[in-house]
This record gives sequence, C-alpha cells and structure tokens, in this order.
Amino acid sequence: MLLFAPIDVLNHLLLRLGLSNDAITFFVWPLIQIGLIVTLIALWVAYATYLERKISAFMQARLGPMRVGPWGLLQPIADGLKLLTKEDFIPEKADRWIFFFAPYIAVASAFIVFSVIPFGPDWAVIADVNIGLLLVLAVSSIGVLALILAGWSSNSKYALLGGLRSSAQMVSYEVAMGLSLIGALLFARTLSLSGIVAAQGSDSIWYVLYQPAGFMLFLISGIAENNRAPFDLPEAESELVAGFHTEYSGMRWSLFFMAEYAAMVVVAAVATTVYLGGWYFPFVYRLEETGHHNLFVIAGVLVFLVKTSLILYFYFWLRWTLPRFRYDQLMDIGWKWLIPSALINIVLSAFAIFVVQALNGYRGMKTIEFLDRGLNLTATGKVIMIVFGILGLFTTAVLLSRINWRSRDFNLTVQRRNIKLVNLPKGKPAVQPGS
Amino acid sequence: MHQVEIATTQETLLDSPEMVLNMGPQHPSTHGVLRVVLKLDGETVMDLDCDIGYLHRGMEKIAENRMYTQIAPYWDRLDYIAAVSNGLVWVETVEQMMGLPVPPRAHYLRTILTELNRIASHLLWLATHALDIGAVTVLLWALREREEILKIFERQFGARLTCHAWRVGGMPNDAYDDFHKDVRQFVNNFPKRLDEYETVLSENRIWLSRTVGIGVISAEDAIAIGLSGPALRGSGVAWDLRKSRPYAAYADMDFDIPVGENGDTYDRYLVRLEEMRQSRRIIDQALENLPDGPVNAKLPKIVKPPVGDYYHSIEGPKGEIGCYLVADGTAHPWRVRVRPPSFINLQALRQMCIGHLVADVVAIIGTLDIVLGEIDR
Repeated sequence: MLLFAPIDVLNHLLLRLGLSNDAITFFVWPLIQIGLIVTLIALWVAYATYLERKISAFMQARLGPMRVGPWGLLQPIADGLKLLTKEDFIPEKADRWIFFFAPYIAVASAFIVFSVIPFGPDWAVIADVNIGLLLVLAVSSIGVLALILAGWSSNSKYALLGGLRSSAQMVSYEVAMGLSLIGALLFARTLSLSGIVAAQGSDSIWYVLYQPAGFMLFLISGIAENNRAPFDLPEAESELVAGFHTEYSGMRWSLFFMAEYAAMVVVAAVATTVYLGGWYFPFVYRLEETGHHNLFVIAGVLVFLVKTSLILYFYFWLRWTLPRFRYDQLMDIGWKWLIPSALINIVLSAFAIFVVQALNGYRGMKTIEFLDRGLNLTATGKVIMIVFGILGLFTTAVLLSRINWRSRDFNLTVQRRNIKLVNLPKGKPAVQPGS
Repeated sequence: MHQVEIATTQETLLDSPEMVLNMGPQHPSTHGVLRVVLKLDGETVMDLDCDIGYLHRGMEKIAENRMYTQIAPYWDRLDYIAAVSNGLVWVETVEQMMGLPVPPRAHYLRTILTELNRIASHLLWLATHALDIGAVTVLLWALREREEILKIFERQFGARLTCHAWRVGGMPNDAYDDFHKDVRQFVNNFPKRLDEYETVLSENRIWLSRTVGIGVISAEDAIAIGLSGPALRGSGVAWDLRKSRPYAAYADMDFDIPVGENGDTYDRYLVRLEEMRQSRRIIDQALENLPDGPVNAKLPKIVKPPVGDYYHSIEGPKGEIGCYLVADGTAHPWRVRVRPPSFINLQALRQMCIGHLVADVVAIIGTLDIVLGEIDR
C-alpha cells in the first residue's frame, strides 16, 4: 500500500538513527500514537460542540453557527481562540491552587480513558490493558473529584451546590453504570476492551442483542455520569447559574467544557465497544483477508467513529428534547430504578447463559462453546439468548414497576387530569360596545 | 414583607446551619431583576424573602405630571410583555371617566389585538417556563410563533414590544391593509403549533414529575392573597373579567374559561395553554364580525376627565390589571394607582415554595409568570 509507505519509511529511519527495535515499539510509536490521538480527540471534541449546535439548530428551526467559514465550520476554532485569549479570572476568596488544578484533573481524567479505547484493530489501539474496562470506570470516576474541587474552591454558593450535586450524582450513577456492564462481561469473559470487541467478532454478534437492558441502562447512567441533560443538574443553568464552573472563565472554563464533551465521547465509545461491536463490522474482515491490512485498520476506525457518533447524536437529541430532572428525582431514578434493574439484569443474564449451557447436548442440540475469551453461540443458542434478552427487558420492567408501584413519579400519568372549561355567565359590561 | 432570619442554632439535617442563598437580581431565571433570598437546608427551601424594586421608575408619580394622552406610552413599560393590554386599561379608564363613545370597530380591533397580545405573552411564558425546567427547544418554538404576532404589531402600531397601541377615544389609525389576511393566517396556523408544544411537554414524564404537585395553592388561599388570572383559575376559581365585567367587545364574544383543579404548576400550565386556544377562538369571532366605521371618537382639544375617582380593570395575560384614577379637573391626573397582577401574584411565592427544592423555586417563579417592570413600576 503506497498510502502507508511513510510508516515503514519512518520505521527504517528510526532504526538507522540507532534506536533499538524495542525503543521504537515501546517508546517512539506510543508517543506518536498518543500525540495523534490527543490531537484527534481534541478536534473531535471541538467538532462535537459544532455538531451539537448544528443539530440543536436543526431541531429548533434555526440555522446555528453560519458566520465563521462555510456553514460556520471554523466556529469551534474561533471559539477556542476566543477562550484562549480571554482573561483567566480567579475570584479573590477562591482557594487558588485547587481552583487552578481542578480543570486539569477534569481534562486529564477524561483524556486518559482514551488510551485503552480500541478505536480499531491492530495499531489503532494505544494500550490493550487486560483490565481496560476497569480502568475506564476507575479513571472516569476521578472526574467527579475535579467537579467537587472546582465547586468547593470557587467559594461561591452556586458552585458549592453544583459540586455537591455532582458528587452525589456521579457516585450513585457510577454504581449503576458498573453493574450494567457486568451482564455484557458474562459473555465477553474478559475486561480487555480489545478482547470484548474480539469476543463479539468471533461470535459474530453485537452484545446489544444479548443485553438490550444492559445497553439501555448503560446509556442512561452514562448520560447522568456525564452531567448531560436531562441529568445536567450540577450545571443546571436555570437554577445554579452555571453550577460548579460558575466562577471559571477563559481557558480554564473551556477545559471543563472539553472534559464534559470528552467524557461524553468516552461513554459513547465504551458503549460502542461493549455493546455495538466496536470497530467490528461484517465486511471489515474481508479487507484483512485480501491483504489490505492498513486499509482494514482505517475501515475499522471509521466504523467505530460512525457508531460512536450515532450514540453521540442520541445524546444531543435527548438534551434538546427533554426537560431537566429535579435533584431528588435523579436520586430516585438512580437508586430505585437503575441499580435494581442492573442487578436484575445480571441475574437474568447469568440465568440465560445457564439455560443455554444446559441445553447444550440436549437431544443432540449444539448451542454454546466456551472460549478463552468470550462465548461462541450457535444459531440456536443465539436465538435463545436474544429471546432471553427481550424477555429480560420485560421482566425487569414488570419487576421494577412492582417494586416502585407506590412511587409518586411512577403514577404521574394516572394523576394527570384535564382542566375543565367553564362558561361563566356574563356580567354587567363595563363598556358597552358602541356606547 | 416577611424577613428571613438567619438562624444557626435550629436543628436541621446533619445539624448544619442553614445556607442563605441569594438568588438574583442577576440570575438566569428570576425573570428580570427579582432578588429572592432563600434559606436552605441542603437544597430544601425553609424560608424565602423577595426583594423587589430594582426596576422602580416611579411610573405612578410620573403620571401625575403628564397629560392624560401622554401617559399611555408609560403604561406600555409596566408589563412590557403585554404592552397592548396595559395600554388598554389606561385608555379605557380615561374614556369611561369622560363617558366617551368609542366606536364599535375600535372595540373589536382592541379585542383582536389584546387577545393576540395575550397569546404572545403566554407564549413567552411558555418559552421561559419550559426553559427554566430545562426544555430548551420549546423556547425557540414558542418564540417563533410570538414573532408572527409581533410582526402584526409592527405593521399595525409601528413597534413590536412597547407599541403605544391605543389613543384615548379609539385607535391611532385603522387596521392596515393586510391586517385581515395576516391575522387570519396566524389564527389558522396556531392550533397546529400549539399541539406541537403539547407533544413535547404535556405527556412528558419528566415535565409531569417537575410540575404535578409543585407550588400548590388552594382556592381559599389564592383568593385570600388576591391572585388573579391563570394563577387563580389554576386553583379552580372560575373568575375572568372578560366574562364577569366585559370590556371592549368581549360581551359579544363566545368563549369558555379554563379552570384547573389542584392549583399546582401543571394545572396552571394547562390553563394557560387552553387560554391560548380560547383567545384564538375570540380572535376568530371578532375578525369574522369586525364592523365597519370609524375607529375614533370625537375628542375635545384637551382631555380633561371630570373631578372624581374611577377604577377600571381588565383581564391582562397575567391577571387583573387595574387602574385607579383620581382626577381633579385639570389636564393632569391627581393620583394614579396601578393594580399590578404580577406584584400580587408574587405574594404567593413564599407559601408555594416552602418545603420544595431550589429547582422548584425556579419552576414556581416561572409558573407565576411575573414581569418585574410591573412589580416595581
């Protein structure tokens, strides 16, 4: 492939320079990958804001950014420049050092996660850690620390309330998020994100089909984890002005902004990896078989981007459609609905695997094959598993409505009444028409 | 008004002292320059106090030094969202004191345009109320329809917001050439758009959970405080000045008064939406039966009501907007007093908010539909 000749040329050049093969594989290439990924992610995040503005404009019967560049395409860059040159204002009574560092923690925790995300096969993975998913959950939960610190150090009541809300929210939704992933892990039998994609690839399935409930739970708790509408309470503008970043300005503010969008991309990427097969797509392997290895990787990356963008679009869509929850309702949803659902989902998934396994060999039926990483199900096994997945959705819904049947929010549609129209008798006119 | 006491000894959750949060006058959702001092236990409102007056311009005092015809434009600045309604209460008060025979065509045009203004005001209320609760898209949709009304106002009065719509004795000029067509078009398109908003909000579970049972005020309390307009009707009291004391051409119109049941935010939301539908009905009828003829009464050179006092009130979009006028026989009023609906509706805020969360305070301020220009005057 002529297109990828530069990669080989660079490799030769580095070898000529006297760098050992090890140094190149473990030091130079990772650095190049990191640089590339960070730049691309930053660009992606910037253009995610552009897309959000355009999509919201489309939903709200207006145009969105149109002035900077054709169709406003340079708007994110103009915004970035503006924010860079703005005054970095620090309130006098703020805790300076914490105020300084909170945005960096936010951005770092959001960006570190990208190191384990498999954007594609082979060289599109920076680090294939065998506890990848655990690392994603662990690092992204550090992000909450940044919000608490920012809220606390600003020495402003709105910021403090925002920080408190975010800590409560992220802690409770992280539980639901982690639990909702376990169902998929039962099928993947590995925590490595590349391994999860490979497991889906070898089974030729997307785990969303086995785990519809898990996927929905993950998406919902992911939105809450990212503080996005309708769960954007920590920065609820109409209540808390701007929440935890009320006192921030300029680049420090934009770091929070970037962190928010980056975290959103992370959740979308993890959802893609775990539930939508990551970069895996039926025809992608054809390229590998015909020997176009680099093209195979690029195609994989593109497939991954498209899937992630679809989930991002879903997030934008929700944000511009739904009103915001109230704080106590948010906690209700987290503890009374999502966490029980996730627990039920784990039990049901385990039960489904057990049943499929038990059916294996029953009257010569072949359903399942346990691999080192992942399960391989035959067509029969898949059908049974998918049916179980859909049944699981209904079972979860029924069980939860039994648990929460007395909850106020559950009975709202019952409470909904119509207003009545009264034809009041006419009184003595104050003014006679034509008088 | 009630003063917030900053107590630090009272037993609260976790035994922590209450937090006093100063909301406004610069805050995205206090609808102007209202300042609300909240006493919070965690996020629960224990007490609150409103601080008003940041927009005080001394309208009533200014009016004492202006001639009767000069006061009308000032009245537009009371409730600038519903300038046409406010203008009407002033000119009608003066006309009635003087016993001026206003021609029927002017009455009908006044009915059409104030009802359009009611729709515009309710649309802005819907937009900001939804925005406060977090539904951003409704804001732009509602403003799109409001724009249609403002375009009609611009063509009719030459201004969009503070139109100086009326003159004592009638109208500054007759309806413009395409008036009939423009209004008809709006009337035909509007119900579809209103249904669109309902699809986003009325059955939305989040909207329901944010509004049902929030800011409840009983009918007795509502009457005791003196609430009027949708805030009163939401509590189940059927009272509307357009019916009980018809002015302009309302006596000829056929329309219903929507009345809520529980007096919560959701009922007031439904009442206002239905009011927009009824307004559309009124406009439809008035446009159909619009009489011909002059739009102005014959006026003396200088408008001088006879010595005495007079109170007249109309059903503004926010409630009963009244005007108490004391004339001493000169060209200037001796004393003018406005009965501001927003100011009186705001008095219910404390009762509605206590025990709710900060987020509900915002929703309740939104549901009261206050305009600070009118509260502070």
